[in-house]
Amino acid sequence: MSDWPLWEVFVRAKRGLSHTHVGSLHAPDAALALHNARDLYTRRQEGVSIWVVPAAAITASSPQERDPLFEPAADKVYRHPTFYDVPEDVEYL
Amino acid sequence: MSPPCVPAVLALADDALIYAQRLGEWISRAPQVEEDMALANVGLDLLGRARSLYTWLGAVDGSGRSEDDFAYWRDEREFRHVGLVERPRGDFADEMVRLLLMASLDVERYAALASTASVAGIDELAGIAGKAVTESTYHRDHARLWVLRLGDGTEESHTRMNAALERVAPYVDELFTDSWADRAAVAAGIGVLPSSLRSSVLGYVGSVLAEATLDPLPEPAWHARGGREGLHSEVCGFMLAEMQHLARSHPGATW
Repeated sequence: MSDWPLWEVFVRAKRGLSHTHVGSLHAPDAALALHNARDLYTRRQEGVSIWVVPAAAITASSPQERDPLFEPAADKVYRHPTFYDVPEDVEYL
Repeated sequence: MSPPCVPAVLALADDALIYAQRLGEWISRAPQVEEDMALANVGLDLLGRARSLYTWLGAVDGSGRSEDDFAYWRDEREFRHVGLVERPRGDFADEMVRLLLMASLDVERYAALASTASVAGIDELAGIAGKAVTESTYHRDHARLWVLRLGDGTEESHTRMNAALERVAPYVDELFTDSWADRAAVAAGIGVLPSSLRSSVLGYVGSVLAEATLDPLPEPAWHARGGREGLHSEVCGFMLAEMQHLARSHPGATW
């Protein structure tokens, strides 16, 4: 069934967290992709919600574009919040 | 004294165990690897259900038997499953028709078992049955999705689905035939007579077949019989031999 479209699977582990990409699978349509995702990726209670997205609908950045895209941010340390003194009793900042 | 519903619950457990074994045979044989996993998952749900029921049975029937005693140390004539679940797996279309039938039946008969066992105060049995309803609702939906796609898919898949209906039809009547065990259980207020579920289960299955543009379940030329009395077809012995040989070759082995 290699002619069936590829679907990317996103699973949300619990309420409050965001959906995370966990893998991909083949399925003839969205409903069966969701069933397959349930059987492949939530067998061990990994999730409370599943998204499936046609892989063809995802536009990805190319590895060749890595430097033009990401390099310019490398020398701008002032964008990182590392220059603040954190008060002692703020535990989770 | 063991509760009057014991023989009827044993039949349910045997249906689950034997069908779990058949579903497990699909691993590496399904049309796609994702479906290998899906059918294995259904089989594991049924295996877990059989284990819970056997454990409960061994505790209440006074025999003290374990789940392994029920699964591995009974011979063919002592099993009480229907003919449909022991059929060799055949075409994928046959399996989807069988799964649609069995899951539709399980949803309704376990729902009745859960409510009646709860009223009778048999909480453990009610709990097992309640879990079964949730699982079988998913199994039924999985079969429905496939029947719709195969029936209303290509000419090839449509033809093979109709051929599968012809092959499975002889096994349908036995699902809704009341055994002495069913009557004894219902007389004691547990469970439901299979005959009373016929119209609703076949009504649901018929609606799925119609939506899938398939023929209705055909009227078969013969009917499978005898499963509930322990009379099985030739395939049952081979299947049990494969399922039981390890436990019998190495008695007491653990893994």
